[in-house]
Amino acid sequence: MKDRWEHFEHGADVGVRGLGATKAGAFEQAALALTAVVTDPRCVAASDAVSIACEASDDELLLLDWLNALIYEMAVRRMVFGRFEVAIDGRRLRGHAIGEPVSIERHQPAVEVKGATCTQLRVACLDGGWLAQTVVDV
Amino acid sequence: MDTTLLTRRDECAWEIPQRAPMRAPVILHASEALVRDMDDKVREQAINVASLPGIVQACHVMPDAHWGYGFPIGGVAAFDAEAGGIVSAGGVGFDVSCGVRCLTTGLTRDDIVPVQKELADALFTQIPVGVGSRGAIRLDEQQMHDMLVGGAKWAVERGWGRVDDLERIEERGQMLHAKPGDVSEQAKKRQREEMGTLGSGNHYLEVQEVNAIHDAPIASAFGLKQGDIVVMIHCGSRGLGHQIGTDYLRAMLEAAPAYGLALPDRELACAPIASDLGQQYLGAMRAAINCALANRQILTHLVRQIFTRVLPRAELGLLYDVSHNTCKLEMHRVDGHSRQVYVHRKGATRAFGPGHPDLPAALRAAGQPVLIGGSMGTGSYVLAGTRESESLAFSSACHGAGRAMSRHAALRRWSGRQVIDELAERGIVVRSPSPRGVAEEAPGAYKDVAEVVDAADRAGLARKVAALAPLVCIKG
Repeated sequence: MKDRWEHFEHGADVGVRGLGATKAGAFEQAALALTAVVTDPRCVAASDAVSIACEASDDELLLLDWLNALIYEMAVRRMVFGRFEVAIDGRRLRGHAIGEPVSIERHQPAVEVKGATCTQLRVACLDGGWLAQTVVDV
Repeated sequence: MDTTLLTRRDECAWEIPQRAPMRAPVILHASEALVRDMDDKVREQAINVASLPGIVQACHVMPDAHWGYGFPIGGVAAFDAEAGGIVSAGGVGFDVSCGVRCLTTGLTRDDIVPVQKELADALFTQIPVGVGSRGAIRLDEQQMHDMLVGGAKWAVERGWGRVDDLERIEERGQMLHAKPGDVSEQAKKRQREEMGTLGSGNHYLEVQEVNAIHDAPIASAFGLKQGDIVVMIHCGSRGLGHQIGTDYLRAMLEAAPAYGLALPDRELACAPIASDLGQQYLGAMRAAINCALANRQILTHLVRQIFTRVLPRAELGLLYDVSHNTCKLEMHRVDGHSRQVYVHRKGATRAFGPGHPDLPAALRAAGQPVLIGGSMGTGSYVLAGTRESESLAFSSACHGAGRAMSRHAALRRWSGRQVIDELAERGIVVRSPSPRGVAEEAPGAYKDVAEVVDAADRAGLARKVAALAPLVCIKG
């Protein structure tokens, strides 16, 4: 499966979905989908990296924690991220979010993300790859 | 939603009868057209809410309801702590105490039009708005604690507002029993630079004209007449509330099995009110309510400063401040008896009727002002709580128009520039840091707010008082 991200419809909020050859790849793509709620990930320069570590009792909670950690870092650092590196070992995730301080002019950020919800939360092994998705509140 | 699955009680009341595993019925308060337009997910989510332990009377669905997370947005549900009732972080939402505040100005359209763009520019440049914006106020640890305990009362004591503002705010500007100790350090850090900021998404600040009066006596009691100019502020508890929602949703997910809560879906994560976690959430959520009240109070102060410079003749008084994402302990008559219940209102406005003791003396005869935010082009409404609203839906009414299409669909259909230009032709000046944000919030992306308000009026949830049309919109 080719790594890619997409948004899916939700009435008031936005569904973020990552698809990847591996679970880690799907998590990276879900993070790109999260950034795309705010701005075009291709417009984000890779100038600073932030380390993130999460641990959860199952894959879905791990995705929830990963996305919420990114939302938190975006909020307190006033940053946007355009590249992600994820390694998953059992129930542990170690990752890097790479990006730059938000620029109103260049990024034209559409909306801030408040948090990741459990609505449509799913991490699953599909034919030839992985899916990681949930709805985020904006 | 398929209306054949519902039992029609009257013109604007539809029932989903109680059947296992539901512990109460669901009542939808809406016109047939609005019910037909509602997503089937609203029905599914309302049934799930009606299945939660300790629910009292019914799960109520407001006319503007749409698919949310856990609870539908536009959902009202009351729980009895002594009957094993629960409190749900998803039943309040991430933007705790998001709400609307309306200020009267003593001005008319003729005062605004000559300075409309100057006023828009002043508001846009001096009120922090949009993603990444920072407020001018930085709080140290003690000040953060005091703000979380004191709410708008704290802000007024710091000089951001007037003492007489407080009686025009729910809880008189200060939510009691807030516990800053139950708010995480991450939540406090997320808020440190966000006091006095508007936010983004559907949050806005508008200068509006009263363009129709529907109930003259109540409008008069509210200080409104045709042609008056008001300021409407829509925002919430900013990063602090968002993080509290995140923290407690997660904690409730982990803890639910230990509390013996068999949830049909993880998104219904909750905790018994009588549990440690339930009490901690209530303490943190009340602190977030105070944060939202303080934030709207500081924004009010900034707006007053700007009007003083641009339109010195203006006299900005607070009409009222409502919150529409809360869980509050209230006394209600249920089956002929008074009961203390924890009322979740997620995307629903408290609407106390005439004579309610919690209303300030000046508003008690008229009922509580219920402020309904529209979108940029379609205007807003002022309603008043009714006596019958208590028996209908725990004194609750709608909160806005509700989206008719997703952000993506809106983005495919409109550009921000196009929306701004079209509104300018209609005499509405829009200022926003994000054209994409404007496109996603295009007026056409929302349901017809007039239809929602008419349904609330016909259902008896609240009485229509005045319609407001925007002249200036500052959009996040």
